[in-house]
Amino acid sequence: MKVLVTVKEVAEPDDDFAIEGTDIAEADLEYDLNEWDDYAVEAAVQLAEAGIADEVVAVTIGPERAEETIRMALAKGADRAVRVWDDAFEEGFSDVAAKVTTFEAVVEAEEPDLVLGGVQAADTGFGATGVALAERIGFEHAAVVNDLEVDADAGVARVHRELEGGVEELTDVDLPAVLTVQTGLNEPRYASLRGIRQAQRKEIDAKDLADLGLSAADVESALAITSMYEPESESDAEIIEGDAGEAAGRLAEVLREKGVSA
Amino acid sequence: MSDVLVVSEHRRGELRDVSYEAITAGRELADARGGDLRVAAIGGDVDGFAEDLNREGVDAVHAVANGEEFDHNVYQSAVGALLERTDAGTVVIPNSVNGLDYAPAVAEEHDLPLVTDAIGFEYDDGLTVTREMYGSKVETTVDVDGDRFVLTVRGGEWAPAEGVGDATVESVEVDHPESGARVTGFEEVAGGDVDISEADVLVSVGRGIEEEENLELVEELADALGATLSASRPIVDNGWLPKNRQVGQSGKVVTPDVYIAIGISGAVQHVAGMKGSDTIVAINTDPNAPIFDIADYGVVGDLFDVVPELIDEFA
Repeated sequence: MKVLVTVKEVAEPDDDFAIEGTDIAEADLEYDLNEWDDYAVEAAVQLAEAGIADEVVAVTIGPERAEETIRMALAKGADRAVRVWDDAFEEGFSDVAAKVTTFEAVVEAEEPDLVLGGVQAADTGFGATGVALAERIGFEHAAVVNDLEVDADAGVARVHRELEGGVEELTDVDLPAVLTVQTGLNEPRYASLRGIRQAQRKEIDAKDLADLGLSAADVESALAITSMYEPESESDAEIIEGDAGEAAGRLAEVLREKGVSA
Repeated sequence: MSDVLVVSEHRRGELRDVSYEAITAGRELADARGGDLRVAAIGGDVDGFAEDLNREGVDAVHAVANGEEFDHNVYQSAVGALLERTDAGTVVIPNSVNGLDYAPAVAEEHDLPLVTDAIGFEYDDGLTVTREMYGSKVETTVDVDGDRFVLTVRGGEWAPAEGVGDATVESVEVDHPESGARVTGFEEVAGGDVDISEADVLVSVGRGIEEEENLELVEELADALGATLSASRPIVDNGWLPKNRQVGQSGKVVTPDVYIAIGISGAVQHVAGMKGSDTIVAINTDPNAPIFDIADYGVVGDLFDVVPELIDEFA
């Protein structure tokens, strides 16, 4: 069985950041593997270690800079990677359909039995690509999976979906399927030194849209970000000033007023 | 195509609150588009749901009598059938775990733009959605190309629709493909020895605690204050505390007299679980952390400096 893992390099703003135009200033952003995708990579690697998956392929849509991130997925045990980028993606904010079109082309080439990806990306927070991809490629799907057992012989993934309020839905999903992975599904490993060394020799296949038989028109976005701003603080909090000792003193006073005592 | 279709959400026999909030959002949109507001109840006690969903401003309720609990294939098929049979050109869906299990498929199937997790919108010539990015640190406005779309709306952002409307109610069954995803049951995972929703004072710990060994510090504080220890999601994801200690959308909703958030940034999913607390105290190094927006008292500082001092105050 072949597993495709979609990963994204996400940007995280520093505590202090400036907004330039419709995005945060490049200098104030740090890049990292999306937290949710880290759990998806771990799930895929565990399937390989259990002898269920024969091959784990990581795929990302991202510029050359993202190779550092996708190499982390390789260091953790993915066999190889595909990185898709094109000038067309620089044009603006890609919508879900544009990403799905790109991943669809990769799925056609790779023919996976299972696609895993994070529930959402930490930066844009759409939470939609996996389910939309499943619809496009005719796979079954389950969103927000926090427990996963693959029965390859039966062709079924037995999952828990994490609903709101501490309730989980138990669902059997026929393969091939796309599952979106929630944090907490497993314990993502740290890449070992050996893994990091091996990852240097693993293949990252860089493709542009033409390589996938697509053109810029295929990934045209229906969405445009027209402004970005820091939300007005609705805070009417009393911010307690002073050093740690003074702050703790005032806080203790407040807590005692509210009836807190051991 | 100017009508708006709102899809309600229910679980185990109860409509969820976000259904009524989505009706309010849908009504705003229908007014701006000069169309009717249609609401779908899909599966379960649809006749009972139809009665409850007939709030002021609802023009039609479609009671789709297929199945009992949520099934994404049924929901997708029902929305498709209603888009075909009615004048609805636009769909509003709760931005919930189940909403996100079919809304993207609806948008994809009908080739409609999708914007998720809206916290507001304006509609003039077209739709402009307000949504957050970068973990609630910024807000953005997003313009949608085209006058038909699928929008998912965040819970708690619109007031729930009230009153009684004079909607027509249509009962209907839809054809749907046999489901390749079969629900076999439900599990309550937040049980166990401690019920944090019963506590008067909660000391709640988040990612800022950094290491599992450091939990001792907040345990000591909880002891000193006679408080119960709870946590935000990353602590539970790491397996440092059990699931029954988790505050938030996927954990417990708590309303203690005093909630002390330590090293918790205040992501929207966490805030949804504790904003009803009487008094909220936050200790965090990041002055821009969203937790300070809902806190009554805040200390901008390092928890490793402040918490030991606070323990001393109560020793």
